[in-house]
Amino acid sequence: MVLTAGALAAVGAGAVAWPFIHSMNPSADVLALSSIEVDLTPIKEGQTIKVKWRGVPVFIRHRTAADIADARKVPMSELKDPETDDKRVKKGHEQWLVMIGVCTHLGCIPLAGAGDYGAGDGGGWFCPCHGSQYDTAGRIRMGPAPKNLVLPEYSFLNDNRVKIG
Amino acid sequence: MEKNMSSRRLRFLAMTVIGFAFVSSAELALADDNPTATAPAPAAAPAAAAATAASAPSEQKPLRKVEWTFDGIFGTVDKQSAQRGFQVYKEVCSACHSLNRIAFRNLQDIGFTEAEVRALAASYQINDGPNDQGDMFQRPGKPSDYFVPPAPNEQAARAAHGGAYPPDLSLIIKAREDGPNYVYSLLTGFTTPPQGVTLADNQYYNPYFPGQKLAMPPPLSDGQVTYADGTPATVDQMARDVVTFLQWAAEPEMEARKQMGIKVLIYLAIFSVFLYIAKRNIWRKLH
Amino acid sequence: MAHKPTTQAPGIKGWIEYRLPIFSFIDNSVGTKYPCPRNLNYWWNFGAIAGLCLMMQILSGLFLAMHYTPEATMAFDSVEHIMRDVNYGWLLRYAHAVGASMFFVVVYIHIFRGLYYGSYKAPRELLWWLGIVILLLMMATAFMGYVLPWGQMSFWGATVITNLFSAIPGVGESVVHWLWGGFAVDNPTLNRFYAIHFLLPFVIVGVVILHIWALHQHGSNNPLGIDVKTPQDTVPFHPYYTIKDCFGFGVFLFIFSIFVFFAPNSLGDPDNYVVANSMVTPAHIVPEWYFLPFYAILRSMPDIGIPFTGVVFVSSKLAGVIGMFGSIIIFFFLPWIDGSRVRSATFRPVYKIMFWLFLADCILLGYVGSQPPAGTMLVVGRIGLAYYFVHFVALWFVSRHEKTLPLPESISKSVLASGGHH
Repeated sequence: MVLTAGALAAVGAGAVAWPFIHSMNPSADVLALSSIEVDLTPIKEGQTIKVKWRGVPVFIRHRTAADIADARKVPMSELKDPETDDKRVKKGHEQWLVMIGVCTHLGCIPLAGAGDYGAGDGGGWFCPCHGSQYDTAGRIRMGPAPKNLVLPEYSFLNDNRVKIG
Repeated sequence: MEKNMSSRRLRFLAMTVIGFAFVSSAELALADDNPTATAPAPAAAPAAAAATAASAPSEQKPLRKVEWTFDGIFGTVDKQSAQRGFQVYKEVCSACHSLNRIAFRNLQDIGFTEAEVRALAASYQINDGPNDQGDMFQRPGKPSDYFVPPAPNEQAARAAHGGAYPPDLSLIIKAREDGPNYVYSLLTGFTTPPQGVTLADNQYYNPYFPGQKLAMPPPLSDGQVTYADGTPATVDQMARDVVTFLQWAAEPEMEARKQMGIKVLIYLAIFSVFLYIAKRNIWRKLH
Repeated sequence: MAHKPTTQAPGIKGWIEYRLPIFSFIDNSVGTKYPCPRNLNYWWNFGAIAGLCLMMQILSGLFLAMHYTPEATMAFDSVEHIMRDVNYGWLLRYAHAVGASMFFVVVYIHIFRGLYYGSYKAPRELLWWLGIVILLLMMATAFMGYVLPWGQMSFWGATVITNLFSAIPGVGESVVHWLWGGFAVDNPTLNRFYAIHFLLPFVIVGVVILHIWALHQHGSNNPLGIDVKTPQDTVPFHPYYTIKDCFGFGVFLFIFSIFVFFAPNSLGDPDNYVVANSMVTPAHIVPEWYFLPFYAILRSMPDIGIPFTGVVFVSSKLAGVIGMFGSIIIFFFLPWIDGSRVRSATFRPVYKIMFWLFLADCILLGYVGSQPPAGTMLVVGRIGLAYYFVHFVALWFVSRHEKTLPLPESISKSVLASGGHH
């Protein structure tokens, strides 16, 4: 008798607690903005743009041939977080690099076209906070950051349009 | 003083009250009484009959009553009707009335598919910006955008309608007493004014409107809209459909709320019965 | 308070108890060691239910505060955001709005229980006073809370009621501008009302703690109004009243849920779903139902002066404010106005009638408050208002001269006599 009452009460308590907890989850209008579509046509080769997605910057770089060749040359043994270049881009769209622009060390926004690991024409990133450096595939090469720049979920709607999130 | 004082005191009481009432009603009859907390005089809108503030106490006719599908504890929104109602809003009402709190994505609630919603959104131009040059620009709508109002602000709307402001419809059903029947009565209730009632140029007679004169012309006429599902579009039908749509727009959570309510009430009823039995059991130990 | 334990009992419970005697404290206040009169009826449930309401309001209010924006151009929109976009936001909002009304229903019943059974009499005068303080704090909290959605009624209700302070002779106008933070109700007013509305419930919690502390000094009153004489008159609070209170909670939550899920706007005003507009006044400004009797008194007070001569000593506006606050302040004096040695109306046949008439008068005043103050309604309001204060005058005399019925010898004898009802 007491057990059934206790079980009922526990179910009730859980049922009451859930709306409070769930009300703190992202609301419908926030979720509606959880994916964006970006038109790639205005981004020239060698140019990097920054878009805002879920409150954070996303780097979109139109890589040059030199960037791609450079990235492919790097042996895995040299990388703190080994990842081949083709794993960091989509097949058929290797010239497009789409990454979350937040340094994996402590969260600052790295500067494009800076640092020693670019291919000389605007690639590579340098984080001004503690000196992390990323190469033309956004992989960590030097400095305190532990991981490569994170890739968001994204897909190409067509050759000139990418959907992030 | 042991004898029963109550009747004497009661008489004393009654005399005081009656005396007070007499003096006050006499004074009322003679003086111009100014009770404290009345509302300050309503500010006059530029034109004679503003559609917002009710100025006259209502000789409002009792409303026409409809049995809505969303009435009662098991009420639901008829999605087909709501979709037709949306069509009425879009083709008739949206010329003057905004629907600012509804986003295109919300329409999936009443049965539109994601593709339909995306297409609908794209058919609207949304103000956005500033761009990198610092200019505002227009772009096609996305599902996350909200409906575009017919006028950019209240002042523009008033200027376009002779000083009257067509209210936003997102909450109209909740903002009026017995909202669904009120809006239905209003839409179907336009008639010629009775003897002795004169209307200004931009006024129309409707016995269901507080003050009976409003700036909105009868918006509905038979066959005005060609329903996508083929239902004949009489004034009555369109009124019912648009009220259903507006009911959903004002309370999109209604169905979920009522369904949750039934579960909660059943649970509480069972649990309370349990507790009552437990209470009787525990108290039975006493005698 | 329990004696300090000199040795530590075994186990985790013993370890905690030795350092902070929380378990014995609970047992002594609401547990098996707190004796309670055995003949309490269901009217005694309402204090605990009021406590439940307070907790519910604080919890729902806290979660609403995570999404609400207290700024004049954004407040209404933020409430609609809660209703439409926040997960279960509509539930939080309706629970909080309905909860406020429920809180007042419960507290009014709790107060009238006190009036009927003489719970305000010695030695519980201070307990009664703390209760009045709680009521005043609740009224302030509810008034400010209603302004927060920034609808038409929010705005105009705030305007009308804060304007009352201009009735204070001399400094009235300055006081009102000080309250408003400006020359009309506007954003500064909204912001400070939000801050105070967030704070006051915690002040109420503090006063409730004092209220319960005062209660536990002499224990609860009971329907017979006679003191507990022997332990046979009592039962331990746990399990007898814990289970009864839980059942009471179940019934209360059932009624609460009917409103929240099926009639959430029935106690409110449709005009509050229209955004506040300082240029347009609604046709009828009406406060929430729990303020209606006081609103009636406020509007019914006439000019105080010499009738028929136009000589006015106190304007009806100021008189209204005095009358309205007076109608609550008078309760502070009730333990001395009521001079009867007998507590419970069960044994006071004349007072019993007066009680029901007083209750009817309060309900009448509530109805008057909802109607425009004109013509017959104004006269009715004045009669109701007069009767309200006449009740206390009459009570002074009746209580000192009334022939009361004979009291039972003790609670336990009375319970036995009626065949162990419970």
